[in-house]
Amino acid sequence: MKTVRLFAVLAAVCLMTLSLAPARAAEPVKIGAVLSVTGPASFLGEPEKNTLLLLQDRINAAGGILGRPLELVIYDDETDVNKCVLAVDKLLKKDRVVAVIGPTVSGNTLAVMNKFPAAKVPMISCAAAEKITRPVNPWVFKTPQSDRQAVARILDHLRQAGLSRVAILTVSDGFGQAGRAVLAEMLPAGGFTLVADEIYGPKDTDMTPQLTKIKGLAPDAIVCWGTNPGPAVIARNRVQLGIRTPLYMSHGVASNKFIELAGEAAEGLLLPAGRMVAVEQIEDGNPQKDVLAAYVADYAARFGAPPSTFGGYAHDALALVRAAIETSGSAEPRAIRDALEATTGFVGATGVFNFSPEDHNGLDPSSFVMVGIENGAWKVLR
Amino acid sequence: MDTASLLQYLVSGLTVGSTYGLTALGFTIIFNTTGIINFAQGEFVMLGGMLAVILGQALGLPLVPAVLGAVALTTLAGGLVERLAIRPARGASPIQLVIVTIGVSILIRGLVMLLWGKDTFALPHFSGMRPILFAGAAMLPQSLWVLAVTLTLLAALRAFFTATIHGKAMLACSHDPGAAALVGVNVRRMVLASFMLSALVGAVGGVILAPLTMTAYDVGILLGLKGFAACILGGLGNPFGAAAGGLILGVLEAFGAGLVSSAYKDAITFIILLALLFARPTGLFGARSADRV
Repeated sequence: MKTVRLFAVLAAVCLMTLSLAPARAAEPVKIGAVLSVTGPASFLGEPEKNTLLLLQDRINAAGGILGRPLELVIYDDETDVNKCVLAVDKLLKKDRVVAVIGPTVSGNTLAVMNKFPAAKVPMISCAAAEKITRPVNPWVFKTPQSDRQAVARILDHLRQAGLSRVAILTVSDGFGQAGRAVLAEMLPAGGFTLVADEIYGPKDTDMTPQLTKIKGLAPDAIVCWGTNPGPAVIARNRVQLGIRTPLYMSHGVASNKFIELAGEAAEGLLLPAGRMVAVEQIEDGNPQKDVLAAYVADYAARFGAPPSTFGGYAHDALALVRAAIETSGSAEPRAIRDALEATTGFVGATGVFNFSPEDHNGLDPSSFVMVGIENGAWKVLR
Repeated sequence: MDTASLLQYLVSGLTVGSTYGLTALGFTIIFNTTGIINFAQGEFVMLGGMLAVILGQALGLPLVPAVLGAVALTTLAGGLVERLAIRPARGASPIQLVIVTIGVSILIRGLVMLLWGKDTFALPHFSGMRPILFAGAAMLPQSLWVLAVTLTLLAALRAFFTATIHGKAMLACSHDPGAAALVGVNVRRMVLASFMLSALVGAVGGVILAPLTMTAYDVGILLGLKGFAACILGGLGNPFGAAAGGLILGVLEAFGAGLVSSAYKDAITFIILLALLFARPTGLFGARSADRV
């Protein structure tokens, strides 16, 4: 009797599913994401995940993509390269997504990017390393600027200020050493003299030995390449030692957290930053102004804090994929890839993207502005 | 190389070294009572700094009550660790208890991360940020605080272990808990006291360091590691050795970074540490113990 009833229920369920199927809304567009939401790079991955959730709701509320709802499949790789590889395999083979956003960090991106040509699915990385898009892998794109563009901005500023002898102080992690390589290449090529090349550890709490050494060499400027909290310690040590040499930071500290940590020692520091740090200072008529204002306001309303520039990388990745699907009129991976590569003049949170078969980053140094820190706030320099 | 630079390296080394030495002192207290290495010691230092920041920012307490509150709460946390993690595992071998402390450190770190996030925080300096200049070297007033507190704690602990009945009772517990109990020492209470005392020392270190080094949920890992290295260098169980080991480690790092290469400063330090240990396996100030096999 029980089995009979079970069969009856099963049959009813099957019938209902069958009869409902044609009436269901259009099949969702499935886009995957692998982000470092936890682990050492969580300060990057968490705002990226929040941003994707925000955009998913915004897109679905506006009717989805091509009339189909957007379904995001987000995995956390815990900033672990093995977990990242597994998550990408899962997205490509099990979830069968049409595009992948992320990974968050360069090491993970480099580890998985060769899977994408084989799977014929486009990937839009949120990691900055130059090797991701140079040489160009036809299926791989990235939204953050390369270090080269940030360095180019700093060199322009040094040149205008007439400074030529430069000391560099870089952190011994992936970010710092990538920046160190670019600085060591571009400084001599730009006619500058590299007078000191010092390094500190990501967890170091006192950099006065390095700064004392640099002080003794009397450079015209110091360039520091790292992410919080090291650069804040360096800013404080510089004041402690009474060093008046201008100190340039990387875009890696372009968040209010840095000003909070460095306190008064942040006064007068200079760095290249995305326009997001000072949305209200963007000149009228700049196409990024509206995009950024909307993003910052929506994010702050939902998560109770303004977004960081890192969230912008994920913002642009998803917005680019959406635009590619809409312009090509197809949510097939190959069509998305072709449309991405043909995208020009796309206004994102990070900059204006102009992709081409030779350039899968699509940004130039103008996506950065030079900012100074004045009275504890960002001041865009013109 | 001018003397001002050399002096600056020394000042920097002593300041950083004090951070290692303060953590190392905490290791010493628990080791002297229980014979175990408490790998959650770095977490006590972190808790001291983080709680001071949280009490100051979230509750709006002025600096002094925030600092005192943080030290009191961390001492309480040290007691809880003993009651909830160490006491239920009594009878286990020291190596198993060491593993328990590693588990505790991961738990504390995780809790702090969940409660207050992964950001780095800064605590205001106790007496301003205007550097004190002497002979061309610049020193922050906070560095003097750190050095003075380290030396005071060291003297107090030395007096405690050598001149007071409670200190001697604690030492007795590590040598032979059974015999200590026979002569009337309450071993369990001593173990509890040692955890609370080492949490107190760690928290004091945490709050005086937080203005200089800033603090985050994960600063305890590195401090614990360097503090342990300082203990081994100075000779396990000797508070004087622990503090001296920390200072030596810090000075080696600073001179390594300043005079040789900042890229290899950790490598330089650990090569010297290894060489010292090959020459003197018991550490610089460790007694040659023959009683434990």
